[in-house]
Amino acid sequence: MSKSPLTLHRNPKFRAAIVQAALVFLVFYAFYSLYQTTVFNLEERGIRTSPSFFDQVAPFKVGFSPFLDFELGTTTYIKVFYIGVLNTLLVAVLGIIAATFLGFFIGILRSSNNWLAKKVALIYVEIFRNMPLLLQIMFWNFAIFLAFLPPPKQSLEFGSFFLNGRGLHTPVPIVEHSLLFKVWLGVVILSILLSFIFRRWAKIRFNNTGKSLPVLSISFSFIIIISISAFYILGQPLTVDIPVLGKFNFKGGGQLPLPLFSLWFALTIYTSAFIAENVRAGISSVSKGQIEAARSIGLTRSQMVKMIIIPQSMRVIIPPTISQYLNLTKNSSLAMAVGYEEVVAVWANISLNQTGQALIIIAMTIIFFEFCSLFTSFILNMYNKRIQITER
Amino acid sequence: MKKFNLILGAVALIGFTFSSAATASTLEEVQARGTLVCGVDGGVAGFAAPNNDGRMVGMDASTCDAIAAAVLGDANAVKYVPLTAAERFTALSAGEIDVLSRNTTHTLTRDATLGVNFTYYNFIDGQGFMVAAADGLSSVDDLDGASICVQSGTTTELNMADYFRNKGLDFTPVGYSTSVGTREGLEGGACDAITSDASQLAAIRSETSNPSDWTMLPEIISKEPLGPVVRQGDDQWLDIVTWTLHALINAEELGIDSSNVDEMRDNSPNPSVARIVGSEGETGPSLGLSQDWAYQAIKQVGNYGEIYERTIEPLGIARAGSVNDLWSRGGIIYSPPIR
Repeated sequence: MSKSPLTLHRNPKFRAAIVQAALVFLVFYAFYSLYQTTVFNLEERGIRTSPSFFDQVAPFKVGFSPFLDFELGTTTYIKVFYIGVLNTLLVAVLGIIAATFLGFFIGILRSSNNWLAKKVALIYVEIFRNMPLLLQIMFWNFAIFLAFLPPPKQSLEFGSFFLNGRGLHTPVPIVEHSLLFKVWLGVVILSILLSFIFRRWAKIRFNNTGKSLPVLSISFSFIIIISISAFYILGQPLTVDIPVLGKFNFKGGGQLPLPLFSLWFALTIYTSAFIAENVRAGISSVSKGQIEAARSIGLTRSQMVKMIIIPQSMRVIIPPTISQYLNLTKNSSLAMAVGYEEVVAVWANISLNQTGQALIIIAMTIIFFEFCSLFTSFILNMYNKRIQITER
Repeated sequence: MKKFNLILGAVALIGFTFSSAATASTLEEVQARGTLVCGVDGGVAGFAAPNNDGRMVGMDASTCDAIAAAVLGDANAVKYVPLTAAERFTALSAGEIDVLSRNTTHTLTRDATLGVNFTYYNFIDGQGFMVAAADGLSSVDDLDGASICVQSGTTTELNMADYFRNKGLDFTPVGYSTSVGTREGLEGGACDAITSDASQLAAIRSETSNPSDWTMLPEIISKEPLGPVVRQGDDQWLDIVTWTLHALINAEELGIDSSNVDEMRDNSPNPSVARIVGSEGETGPSLGLSQDWAYQAIKQVGNYGEIYERTIEPLGIARAGSVNDLWSRGGIIYSPPIR
């Protein structure tokens, strides 16, 4: 340790640390006393705040819970929270994936040289970007899906899939023989690992010899062929539960409720319009010289897009797209209008109204969305760092 | 210097957290403001929905009018705040509204944990189910496996869960945040049945494109005493709202209505009548109101029977002999004496 020539209280580093620590303490103290005062004031008005309701049985039913089992009469409030969180995450992940693909597609159309494609993309962006999202969600639910999809008894059939005004009814796999199923799962994972090794080998070969291979299509067909043949060799360790029409609706199998689709479509289309604009901005940020250079060394159009345009435009596309992903997650809370059971609907609305524990419930909801946003931006910022220009 | 300012800011923030809400009495606030702020549903015909002139009408809206007439002498001095089921109690305890008159069921948990007090009932309801007439269902027990539209955050949702659990039947709830949402869901085919208080189902049916397509199942599965709610901790205001309802019922018992109230005041020899219309006794001043509080309410809004006839009867819910009739005619609508 180097000895500072200044006395301790004159040392700027030490002083800064003290001020910082004091500030952190004060901020935490402010939050703590805010909480205390609120609880006290609520108590004054006869509203009790306590997390003891977590372990009480939820007296209402949650209809859509694909990841956790909901059983009326045993499921507790805290599990309702988890169900809501998972349902929010489900629609957010589905929405982010679909909006990314659609947004890139529209964004590329928007920057293409084809007049028609360009104008179609322009109209798409301007229509969906400028319409309130709540309106779009209700439009998809009430004006499109409910209006055009048939009642359960006249469901549209796609093999073992059934589509009607209640949602999509799907077959679900049931594990018939647990050991053989695990063996099969092992084989599938092994084949995926093998294809990664193959990819490495192909890359090394490319670097050494300059000969390239269609790695992606070879890997995929390898994995699919291996999984399917292993499945039959092991005597089909999975069977399928096919939905059957009951008195009111399909029973058995899995059900994806209609509001999930309404919400998913609306979020996807709304957010993709914004992402498309980000993509257009990214593409036009790539300097013309880069494209001309790519042409001059004889790259094909797809090679140029893959190796020159996309890597450089991603640096511009990613940062604003992060905030679109965050928006999409937060916007999913508008689902209440169409009856999708996400965290705001089942927790911040139903549970709050039945227990009256506003402080705890709203705080948990805020923390959840805060966490989602921070986590999403953390992941994407890491990716962003990787693709940013590395200056030597 | 910059850091110093930040600390100052933090200290100021802490200071604010210790200041607690001011506690002027609700009556004083309403009188100073000159209007009564009343939380209603705003979308349920018969209880509170705008009519063709854009004026909020219905049983709940009329209850607000009567309170305004009693407190301010003017039944029009009401500002209606439409609230969803989930917003209503927070709006009340946060002081956004003076009284909540939004077909709200009186339950122990609400009374004991939400910091509110229930006054009296302006409509005694019960939960029912409505289905498509074409489905040919005759009982709630036929609904095993059905999807059921419901307004989320209501006691309705709980009653339904209890009933189906008790009977061992399966169902899928389809929850909407508004009553209008449940109707659109039902008409659009998102569910096989809709459940709500029977009066609301009648209101919803009256608003569907073809009311005869829908039929009520016979079972009433719950008790739903509905009435205005006030903030806890202001006993005077609780008394005012409670006794305004009692005055409307008492007036009907005594045969006082909006058309004959003047004549009764001038000519009736009955001391009970004299006490209500304010020509005898001190009923108004005891509540902190003027002498003619009940007179104004009856004159401008009508007695309970008149309000019922004007608001609920058009939904096709008959009153004679039902629970909502006066106790003297076989119902349970009853008022303690005003003296």
